[in-house]
Formats: sequence, structure tokens, C-alpha cells
Amino acid sequence: MSEIKTQKITFKVFRFNSETDYLPNYIDYELEVTHEEVVLDILNRIKWGMDGSLSYRRSCRHGICGICSVKVAGKAILACKENVLSLVAAFGTELVIEPLSIKRAMKDLIIDKGDFWSKHDQIKPYLISEIEEYPETENLVTPQQAEALNEADYCIQCGACHYSCPALEINEQFIGPAAFAKAFRFEADVRDEAGNERLNIINAPEEGVWDCVKCMECAEVCPKDVNPIEKITQLHNMVFSAGVAKNNIATRHAVYFKDSIAKHGQLNEAGLVIYSEKGYGMYKHLKVGARMIAKGKAHINPFIVPKSDKMDEIAKLVKSSSSAKF
Amino acid sequence: MSTLKYALFTGCTARQSTPEQMMSTMAIAEKMGIELEILEEATCCGASHLQDFDDFLSLVLNARNICYAEKRGMTMVTICNTCQLNTMMTKRRLDKDPELKARVNEKLAEVGLEYKGESEIKHFLYAIIDDFGLENLKKMVVKPLSQFNIAPFYGCHNIRPSEIHEESNGHENAYAPRSLDDLILACGGVSVNYAEKNKCCGFHAELQAPHTAAVLTGNAIMGAMDNNADWMVTPCPLCHLKLDTQYEHASKAVGREVKLPVLHMQQMIGLAFGISGKELGLQHHVSEVNFV
Ligand code: SF4
Ligand code: SF4
Ligand code: SF4
Ligand code: SF4
Ligand code: FES
Repeated sequence: MSEIKTQKITFKVFRFNSETDYLPNYIDYELEVTHEEVVLDILNRIKWGMDGSLSYRRSCRHGICGICSVKVAGKAILACKENVLSLVAAFGTELVIEPLSIKRAMKDLIIDKGDFWSKHDQIKPYLISEIEEYPETENLVTPQQAEALNEADYCIQCGACHYSCPALEINEQFIGPAAFAKAFRFEADVRDEAGNERLNIINAPEEGVWDCVKCMECAEVCPKDVNPIEKITQLHNMVFSAGVAKNNIATRHAVYFKDSIAKHGQLNEAGLVIYSEKGYGMYKHLKVGARMIAKGKAHINPFIVPKSDKMDEIAKLVKSSSSAKF
Repeated sequence: MSTLKYALFTGCTARQSTPEQMMSTMAIAEKMGIELEILEEATCCGASHLQDFDDFLSLVLNARNICYAEKRGMTMVTICNTCQLNTMMTKRRLDKDPELKARVNEKLAEVGLEYKGESEIKHFLYAIIDDFGLENLKKMVVKPLSQFNIAPFYGCHNIRPSEIHEESNGHENAYAPRSLDDLILACGGVSVNYAEKNKCCGFHAELQAPHTAAVLTGNAIMGAMDNNADWMVTPCPLCHLKLDTQYEHASKAVGREVKLPVLHMQQMIGLAFGISGKELGLQHHVSEVNFV
């Protein structure tokens, strides 16, 4: 019989009780780990063999209930899915295990996920539709129509993206990637009749899609490949195509790219700021703008822009390929 | 080594707000014997915003840019993280969806072009590491940067989503990236480890969500400062613009004075090669470079 190889790993586990403690502490547990163990195995071995007071959440053990998510070395993972030694390969033999959100920690790795659910509530996470009480036929959805959901329905609401999103970390009003993916899931459903009701929610300043910083972390972290940022882009498109886009700094900012490319091939960077700010918001940028001009980073005349070659071709393509309206 | 030749997609920023990036790119390429043929026909990639308004137009324009690299039979090299992401995202979507590719090609045919999917697309950072080689680069270092603690700032769009980048960025782990650290070491410098090195600087929301953007910039510079960095280095002109020019908004947002010199990776390499600060455009920085 071949011997099972193990590796000695130190787990620094976040311990905290919101009812009795001011500050958390980190307790070290040293374990011999085999190549097939996942993080949840380690938590179980600590709880069952070393320290019964450790608290964490687990249920399905199959990557489908979404309850066991924690952060290891800062990366949000599903404890029941993530192989320990692959984490060791990336982060070394000392692994810090923390709750998804330290500021929402209740007991050790368990957090209060209330904000996650209330963001879902906010976007009306259900089909809005007049349904006959006694329908005579089924409500058929073709495979093509189902494909329009773009796998947004694979979300298991683990919160990994929500608690890794830097925009949400700073601006608590922001709806966040998971709830946006959910909003998209219903907007893309042929049976939904929400009209502009839901789009207006995800289009609101501060809360809505415009405050995403496009860091792509939600796409990176999602254990189910839901790719929330892709859905956020699709929501942006829906806002424009439904005609609910308001004329504000964020929408002007997106639209200007097309105008500038049609004219110069390039983005007129100074022009982008001026157009987005509608002129009068420019006072915020004067100091930085003046410094940039002094250093030769910007031209005193914002309409001097380098041009691409083959402008005729570019203008023609923009005209014939673009259908978006603002 | 046979001569390395690439089609250079400059993006807009290197031609406008970060002229020093263009200067230093050309200066080090010349020293390294890398031929860069500028894609003068290329348009802006849409910077991750055009697709919010008009996704199809963004695909057509990015596919068109790739066509011009294909016509030259070359790998396209980008010098902007966001250009890299947008171009690569277009390539990935067209290569895996023949129907979408056909729709895009129908438009391109109107101007006599066809997207085939033959050219690779690589950020210059990875072209240097994979094709030129850090060992070869080390041999060219005449002024090792050994007296400097240098904080690498990776920028999101070169490392995330890794699914899009993994084939062109040497399977960089987005949570524990190495490439820029390795480049710093190859230039003889000391690389600084800090939590924000792979985080976002907030550039893309600067106008729409100024507070969020300012806090992210502040956190990044603060993280580098608190870990004793003398300066920062980045492969992305957008990150550069944000970190180099927005320190006042950032300081206000985080309640503490934050400011560091920030270099483009090309400038860092250039300094190690003994190229003068002037040729590398250090005089164009807003956060003054006071150590050369
Ligand atoms: S891409 Fe947008 S939504 Fe996704 S994590 Fe980043 S800021 Fe949040
Ligand atoms: S989108 Fe992905 S990461 Fe976010 S909650 Fe759903 S499954 Fe988890
Ligand atoms: S990301 Fe910026 S620099 Fe790069 S092409 Fe797009 S607009 Fe231009
Ligand atoms: S760090 Fe920010 S600005 Fe830089 S590439 Fe990422 S999103 Fe863009
Ligand atoms: S225990 Fe259910 S997803 Fe991990």
C-alpha cells in the first residue's frame, strides 16, 4: 500500500464573539493535510478534534447551498469546494482563515448576512407578472429564451462576490454584484413583466450599476462562474435600450466614447471630462487639469486630439454598427 | 534570439495624458532590440465603458483593431491593462461564438476587413517576461535599483478575470500575482509586499463615483507608504494617471496625506538600463520623481 503524503500547514483562524469581545484574535492550529482535503475538512477536524468552540456554517458539503463561504488569505472561497493544498501553492504554508466580512462577524466565521439579503429584496427578486389563477396551459419557455439568462440563475447566494466588492465596501448604498446578477436574471426572463420598475432601481445614482468600479473581482471570485460584471454590463445595455437612462454624468460618460471614436478614432480624454461634467462640473478638475497642462500631460486646448488613420473607414463602421440610442 | 516584432496598440492614454509612457516604451524597446510597429489605424478600445452603451459597436471596433495586427501577421502588444482586457475579451467572445463572429465580420466586410482570430494579444509586461525573458533583461541592467523599495501596483485589468487572461499572462494568480514583483527583482530593486497591490485604484469610476474612487486610490498609496515603499510602479497608464495625479482627492478621502512617485514599468526598466530620466519622460509626472 502506498503511503499517503501529508504536509504540515498552520491555519490562523479568526476567533471572535460579538456578544463578549471587543477585538478578534487569531488562533493557530497546526495540521497535517492530505492532497484531497478541502477547507471544510480542516474546520471540521479543528472543531471535532481540537477545539469544539469554533463556529462556522456548513450544510450541503457539495458546493450548492452557498452557506460555507469564508475568506482564506483574503480570497473568498466555498470551504467545501476549495482544495487546501492548492491554496498553499498560492499563499504558502500559513493560511489565514477569516469570515467573509470582518465588520459583520458574529461568532468566529459566522457573519450577519442581513445586508446581502436586503440588497436582494431591493431589486425585487421574483417574477413580476400577471398570472392567471387557473391557467389552462403551461407557461412555455423555449431553450433559446432560457439561454438569455446567461447562467445568472446558477448563483447560490454564497456572498463571495458581495463581500469582495470594493465599491460596496466603501459605499454601503451600492446594490452589489450578487443582487445585480439577480436583477438581470429576472430582467432577462421572458415571463417577467416588470417593465421599467426594476430597471429604475438598478439605474439609481449611488445605488445602481453606475457606481461599479469595474475591478472584475466579482467575476474572479465567483465559485459558480456567474460572472456578475458581465450581467452588470447587460443591465447597462438594458437601461439604454429601454430608454430609462437619465441624462447624468455617468450616462454621458459612457455615450461620449462613441462620439469621440466617430470623430477622432481616439478618445478625447479632456473632452470626456468636459462632456460628462456638462461644463459646469469642471471646477472640480481645474486644479488637477492645470497641473497636467503644466507637466505636458494635457493640452490647453481640449479639442486638439490625435487622430487614427483611416478615419473614413472608422466613421463608416461606427455609423453602420451602432444601434444604441441616448 | 531572433528579433522580436510586435504590432503595438498604443491606446489613447499613451498618446495624450501619459506621453512619458510612450517615450519610455519606445526607449526601452530600442535598447532591447524589440521592433514595435504602431497600429496607427487602431481606435480606442472603449475603455470598458463603450460596451455599457453599445456592446456590439465595441466588439466591431476591437475586432477591427485586431484585424490590423492580423494583416501584419504579428502578435498585438498592448501597453494598457484596460486595452488588454477589452481586446482580449472581444477575441475570446468571437473565437468561441461563430454566430457572433459572423455578425461582426458582416460589418467588417463593409470596409473590406475580416476578423480571423489569428493574432495573439499580449500586454507588454508579459511579452517582456515570456518572449524576451527576465534573464536576458537582467544582463542589460547597468544601474541596478538596489537602493529602492518598489511597490508593484498590478491594476485589475491585467489579472482579472483570469479566465480571460490566463493564456496571455502566464497563468498569473489574481490573488497572488508575481510578474511585476519578478520584474522589479530583475531590475535589481526590492519589491514591497502590501495588501493593495492587486486591488483596484478606482480609475473607471472617477467621474461617476468620485468618493469611492478617491478612497481606493488613497488606500493603494497608503498601503505602499506604510510598507516603506520609496515609489510605486504600474503596467497600466490608467492606474498611473490615477495614482500620479489624484493624490489630493485621495488624501482628503482617507484623511491622511498620501503621495508617492509612481513610475510606469517601462520607466523602471529604462532607469535600470541607464537611460536618462529625461528620455523616459520623468519630467511629465505630477507627483514629482525626486530620486533620479
Ligand atoms: S466589478 Fe463592480 S460589482 Fe464587480 S466587484 Fe468590482 S466594483 Fe463590485
Ligand atoms: S454570483 Fe457567484 S459569488 Fe456571487 S453570490 Fe452568486 S454564486 Fe456567490
Ligand atoms: S483603455 Fe484607455 S487607453 Fe486603452 S484604448 Fe481604451 S481608452 Fe484608450
Ligand atoms: S486598478 Fe482600476 S484603473 Fe487600474 S486597471 Fe484596474 S480598474 Fe482600471
Ligand atoms: S456546505 Fe453548501 S456550499 Fe459548502
